[in-house]
Amino acid sequence: MTATSERSVPKPEFTDAEAGAKVFPDSNSRQYNYFKAQKRKQSHYEDVTVEVQPDPRHYLSQGWLYGFADGKGGYPLEWTVLKAWGSDRPVPERGPGSGGQGYEWPAHGWHEFRDPNEEWELTLYRYNANVVRQLNQNVEAARQAKAFEQWNQNWVDFVARHVGAWMHVDHGLGLYLFANANRRAPTNMHNNAISVNSMHRIRSAQDLALYNLTLTEEIEGFDGTAHLSTWNDDPAWAGVHETAEQLTGVWDWCEAIFAANVVFEPLVGELFRSNLVQQAAPANGDFVTPTLVGAAEYDYAERDLRYTKPMFRLLVDDKEFADHNKKIMQQWLSDWVPKCIAAARAMQPLWSQPDARPPRFEDGLDRAKSRFAGILSDLGLQAPKELSQ
Amino acid sequence: MSRQSVAKAHQKIQELSWEPAYHEPVSHYGTDYTFHKAQKKDPLKQVLRSYFPMQEEKDHRVYGAEDGAIRGNMFRQVQERWLEWQKLFLSIIPLPEISAARAMPLLFRTVPNPELHNGQAIQMIDEVRHSTIQQNLKRLYMNNYIDPAGFNSSLRNFQSDYCGTIGRQFAEGFITGDAITAASIYLTIVAETAFTNTLFVAMPAEAAANGDYLLPTVFHSVQSDESRHISNGYATLLMALSDESNHQLLERDLRYAWWNNHRVVDAAIGTFIEYGTKDRRKDRESYAEMWRRWIYDDYYRSYLVPLEKYGLVIPHDLIEEAWNQIWNKGYVHEVAQFFATGWLANYWRIDGMTDKDFEWFEYKYPGWYDKYGKWWENYNRLATPNGHNPIALEDVDYVYPHRCWTCMVPCLVREDMVMDKVDGQWRTYCHEACRWTDAEAFRPTYMGRNTPNMGKLIGSREWETLYHGWNWADVVSDMGFVRDDGKTLVAQPHLNLDPKKMWTLDHLRRCPPLQSPNVLLNEMNDEQRAAFVADYNRQGPAGRPARATA
Ligand SMILES: [Fe+2]
Ligand SMILES: [Fe+2]
Ligand SMILES: [Zn+2]
Repeated sequence: MTATSERSVPKPEFTDAEAGAKVFPDSNSRQYNYFKAQKRKQSHYEDVTVEVQPDPRHYLSQGWLYGFADGKGGYPLEWTVLKAWGSDRPVPERGPGSGGQGYEWPAHGWHEFRDPNEEWELTLYRYNANVVRQLNQNVEAARQAKAFEQWNQNWVDFVARHVGAWMHVDHGLGLYLFANANRRAPTNMHNNAISVNSMHRIRSAQDLALYNLTLTEEIEGFDGTAHLSTWNDDPAWAGVHETAEQLTGVWDWCEAIFAANVVFEPLVGELFRSNLVQQAAPANGDFVTPTLVGAAEYDYAERDLRYTKPMFRLLVDDKEFADHNKKIMQQWLSDWVPKCIAAARAMQPLWSQPDARPPRFEDGLDRAKSRFAGILSDLGLQAPKELSQ
Repeated sequence: MSRQSVAKAHQKIQELSWEPAYHEPVSHYGTDYTFHKAQKKDPLKQVLRSYFPMQEEKDHRVYGAEDGAIRGNMFRQVQERWLEWQKLFLSIIPLPEISAARAMPLLFRTVPNPELHNGQAIQMIDEVRHSTIQQNLKRLYMNNYIDPAGFNSSLRNFQSDYCGTIGRQFAEGFITGDAITAASIYLTIVAETAFTNTLFVAMPAEAAANGDYLLPTVFHSVQSDESRHISNGYATLLMALSDESNHQLLERDLRYAWWNNHRVVDAAIGTFIEYGTKDRRKDRESYAEMWRRWIYDDYYRSYLVPLEKYGLVIPHDLIEEAWNQIWNKGYVHEVAQFFATGWLANYWRIDGMTDKDFEWFEYKYPGWYDKYGKWWENYNRLATPNGHNPIALEDVDYVYPHRCWTCMVPCLVREDMVMDKVDGQWRTYCHEACRWTDAEAFRPTYMGRNTPNMGKLIGSREWETLYHGWNWADVVSDMGFVRDDGKTLVAQPHLNLDPKKMWTLDHLRRCPPLQSPNVLLNEMNDEQRAAFVADYNRQGPAGRPARATA
């Protein structure tokens, strides 16, 4: 027998430190008790989201500790002109002997927002991983089936130029509107939902770019750079290009999200995706592009719009500031609807480019407008007169 | 994965880079740094097509381990001493994580290189991952560990507590002030590059030694994203260095960020690792040994020093001083002793040290017992209520310390405390470097140069001020650190869960009122204040009163 020195490892011990081993005050208090659930029971989503971003109006007794040069710290409510009930009450003043009590939770209406998609890390990775896996498989199956060989030259050009150009909209808004806005909203529920929205757009931009790369490799004569010249120089895209850039320049985070998700996406995004590409592709022998564009459409219609609606509906119905908010949102509609309609109209030449034509532009635009009017009525807002342009 | 190589795919997505033709994106944040537009390589080489499935796979492992831990009754062998400190740690850390996500847009306009923005957006969503995966782990502890108190009220506690306030700097410093100071130097170059190894690797290793293998599972998964963030920071730093006019600001920011991170992170993580563990094998590394390896060798010698040739002025003096604080001045021991002194204002239970612990400390830190041993014996003696007050209010040769206005850790190395009148108020600082941070660095001018974008230290930075003159029972009720019987405290200076051994509001009711050291300081006249400083600097170690001069 050889002597072996004992390895140095920590020794597990029986501690019986598991739930229920003893009874004492709080031994059964097994839920987060610092916020009110939206429904009867606290959801998993709420548990991992609510209150991570603090607010000196309810807790945070010592206040924000670091500020910008103007002395403002944290997440100032003034970063949007919209208001939720309680917004005008001052931040509690602290001083010698003041104690730490703020207003009763939630202190103001912003904290009542919940993302109906209940997005947190588990859901967002699962969702987006599924999308990219499915798209990869679709493209790979099409490649193996030599599906791209059925495309006529006009359709090849259409996909290279116009489907390609849309990647720039997704990327620009994803980064400079949505990712940018994740620093701006006053609650963690808002900012997490916005950051997930941002990743949908950036992912979708990359989906289109990598699809473009595949087509460059697979289709003889497919111009993998045409999306750039189209985006930059094609007059049919100038309106979309300019409007997208204008959207990234909006200072007020609520206006930015509102203009993008309530106005631009239904009038321009869905018009392009659902009323042009999705309608034109099958007749031109293309069953692959619709799967990519359909994924982006699902992101918007079933996820991004789905959180946007309750976010603004809460403000439209606010018990203190409903009128204030509605007036501002109506003004935003008057500002952004004409821009988006003009951008949409400038795209009209695209409808006549494929050999097999999609339904008429005007019919597509009408469908987009009626969809938009439906969203406004869900929000309790009026369609602005500019919609008839 | 499709056949396209990552390199080719990555090359392709560079075509997305957004160069505005009609309108610039909104500019919400400012910096006093100057950046030049230059073609830059995205250091991350990350394409979402592979990123999302990779992260999902990491999630599978994490959540699989969590299910396994519950089925395997992990909590039957978890050390309560350890898990109690997680009530503090896991209340703090989700905020820094989410703040890192929120910090990314500070760089979009200030660093005008669209190639870098893709990586910053991925970091944003990584940090959303970290924040929520940690909230979820805490929820699991709350549901399965014997004592949910303190987990169940976690985020309210953290937002009211003086330890939470210390930790909060590690979040608010990322998202305010000069965009580069905050989101690049403080967050990426120092917090992530220097300190995440101790936070997310060394500390979880200690968890495993205490029967908890979920903390390492979750935090190693978190840390695996960190190298990408470190590359983001490095790329930005190199760009900043390429303009000479930035060098002075880089020097300022590295000094501030280094010192603040040392004060805050070493206080917390040092305490968890040294005082939260039951593993007293002599060959396990002490915090000082880990620090020497991870931070001094890996970060300072291997990462920072090579940057000197590009013109980076490295705060050698403050790095040596941080080591001096940890090794010679007992920084971590002083902090742990203070946290235990202040147990009654906390929301977790702090176990006393035993002979076995003493032996280990003496072995790792020769001379430890002479300094701290007696006090910990007193801590044990006063642990269960028996007609006496909590240790903070008993005579155990310990002078309750003043807070540092900057880092908000008390001024524990008494000889280093400095006082200054800043913004019309007398303030104490734990060290000259903290005084400099408040009085000189966080100002609209720096060494004669305009720095209009530099941030400000704001808020009620001394916790005791809020409760000056209050009865302790009212203080603890006001903060909400009370269990569901309406009187037993969440915090306890021992681990005994027998309700008869636990402290209640009734025990606190009879204590003398809380006094704010800073309020008292500002009531003194010049002569009294000078005497106060002279006395304070002669106190310690271990908080001992100054010895009468012969
Ligand atoms: Fe992180
Ligand atoms: Fe990070
Ligand atoms: Zn300090």
